[in-house]
Amino acid sequence: MSRKDWGIFLGTMLLIGVFPWLVKPFKAVSHYIDIMVFAGIFTLISIGLSMLMGYAGQISMAQAAFFGIGAYTSGILTTRFGLNPWLVMPVGMLLAAVVAWLLGIPALRLKGHYLAMATLGFGVIVHIVLSEEVNWTGGPSGMADIPSLTIAGTRLTSEIAYYYLVWAAVFLVLLFCFLVLHSRVGRALRAIHEEQTAAEAMGVPTARLKVQVFVLSAVLAALAGSFYTHYVTFLNPGSFNLMWSIRFMLMVMVGGMQSLWGALLGTVLMTFVGNEWLQVFADFEILAYGAILLVVALFLPRGLVSLISQGFGSRKVRPSLADGSS
Amino acid sequence: MRGLGKSLALVVLVGVLLGGLWNIVIPSQVGAAEPYKIGAVFSITGVGSFLGEPEKKTAEMIAEEVNKKGGINGHPLELVVYDDESDTTKCNLAVKKLIKKDEVPVIVGPTRSGETLAVVSVVEEAHVPLISCATSYKIVTPIESRQWVFKVAASDAHVVAKLFDYMKAKGWTKIAIMTDSTGYGASAREEFLRLAPESGITILADERFGPQDTDLTPQLTKIRSTQPQAIVNWSVGPTQIIAVKNWRDLGMDSIPLFQSHGFGSKKNLELAGKAAEGVMLALARVNVGPILPDGQPQKKAILDYTKAYEDRFKEPISSFGGHASDAMNLAIAALQAVGPDPAKIRDYLEKTTKFVGMHGIFNFSPQDHNGLSKDDLEMVVVKNGDWALATW
Repeated sequence: MSRKDWGIFLGTMLLIGVFPWLVKPFKAVSHYIDIMVFAGIFTLISIGLSMLMGYAGQISMAQAAFFGIGAYTSGILTTRFGLNPWLVMPVGMLLAAVVAWLLGIPALRLKGHYLAMATLGFGVIVHIVLSEEVNWTGGPSGMADIPSLTIAGTRLTSEIAYYYLVWAAVFLVLLFCFLVLHSRVGRALRAIHEEQTAAEAMGVPTARLKVQVFVLSAVLAALAGSFYTHYVTFLNPGSFNLMWSIRFMLMVMVGGMQSLWGALLGTVLMTFVGNEWLQVFADFEILAYGAILLVVALFLPRGLVSLISQGFGSRKVRPSLADGSS
Repeated sequence: MRGLGKSLALVVLVGVLLGGLWNIVIPSQVGAAEPYKIGAVFSITGVGSFLGEPEKKTAEMIAEEVNKKGGINGHPLELVVYDDESDTTKCNLAVKKLIKKDEVPVIVGPTRSGETLAVVSVVEEAHVPLISCATSYKIVTPIESRQWVFKVAASDAHVVAKLFDYMKAKGWTKIAIMTDSTGYGASAREEFLRLAPESGITILADERFGPQDTDLTPQLTKIRSTQPQAIVNWSVGPTQIIAVKNWRDLGMDSIPLFQSHGFGSKKNLELAGKAAEGVMLALARVNVGPILPDGQPQKKAILDYTKAYEDRFKEPISSFGGHASDAMNLAIAALQAVGPDPAKIRDYLEKTTKFVGMHGIFNFSPQDHNGLSKDDLEMVVVKNGDWALATW
């Protein structure tokens, strides 16, 4: 990571760190902490999705399904078998990894957007299983009374505690992903995104790398699912349907696909838009989302993060941006 | 062109951010005395909107009536309504907002069981009483971890018990059930299977179908082959009409058909038309105000609400609006008695007995945060395109 990247990383961490204390004194915005907890959970998913979409050039419509796999694994194992929530988190992640691996192997050997098709179907299947396996998942009426996370015997029920837990996880994951992206693997991934044939000619194992990134994105979604489960302490299939997969994709696209900061920015922004600022749209939410996506795709193909990086004044960025938008 | 695009994108972004500020800047309305607040969360949009819309209208109507009469002990009533869009995450956030931003001492809603269960831990933690409009028994059980949660809708167990009583009175003990794969159908199915053995009822067939299914002939044909003495269909939306029509078309009308209380709206009778004649269901009294015997303690309150709602909104009442009415009136009664103190409101609600509401006469207790029983339901039969009380 370059010095500038570290600067942004620490700056953002500081901002997130003081956020609760900035909004807490003001009653009108004190509930923004709650929204930020969900934004943090969703950011875990969108970071994985950004790696997959922005770097490996693949689309997954099943992130909500992996989110659900993590969530329900945590829910079922902690309520039915009384296991420690921390211990079952890796189980959900492992399960998601195996499933993603099995799904990715055939789909990612093909060129083009076959993964999008395969994951579209897979997402629907998971949703049906969650609704129909009543004995395990509680079916459509859901699963209640899931235990909260505990640290040293203290239940993590306050928003502030959960906020720091979730965002700490986000920054750890971000750090990990930055290190991956700045390694040989990361350069190979970017090569795949630019031109797969050229990458292959250079000896990059494209299929294997794409599967690995897909598995990573699934694992991150499952981790987010576990956090969600123990925060809300209730699950029903409605939180893991196709609409949510689309929302996650939109978060990444709005923020800027080819930047992990874009994923973070897009997720936080879209979580606020969906839960706080554009509530008036309600039934027309999908139309509002469509409009936002259209504006971004037409005028800001590199996402909102490009506006900001432009604002920081690195003049060299301009020409390449202009190329992108014309 | 390029510049235009950039500025357009900026305008959209700034617009969105301003939208956020808008919410912050607009002050809440200021009355003469310190207003008493009631928070409400309903599924006004999304798949649950057919439930949440009449609930919101009812709650607003009641709040206005209270304010017209001078408020609660001289304090104007301020109703803060949020829409959870039939989404558990949004509901969770909406309730937290009511507690933190609006600082309400009592919350009415949410509309559906899933959303309610997603906020139980929130209100338990925050110590703010919540009066849910949803049905699931899980909302108030186990009572040890539901100290702050109440509900005003009858549990599925009450409805199922009522149906079983009626069936036994008629000598129908071998039955078939068909349920849809929504929370509504699934939760009732659990109750049917749980209560049947202890009630002396045998369930011969247990068929399930999707809420979007357009033909239920396969399920009904399978049911016919088991030769039940009665059939129960439990679903929401179009499938309850399809069930009635298929049942009639297959010539199965010699086997009595029962529906869930979800069938209890005039609209369903119009849609099913003549096919619905003879269909039976256990309904809350709010749906059948005019045919209740005179002197029934709830009759006057129900007719008053029916008239007020129908005059104002030009649409028939529904049982869902009735839930909102019960929840609102309980909250108002509590505010009137003990003022805007969450803990006192909780204690008051728990001690409330003989409270005449739309859905029954509520008798809450530390063990029972629902306060209704199967006696709060009426067996109703469809007769000449309208409801009639069933003969026992």
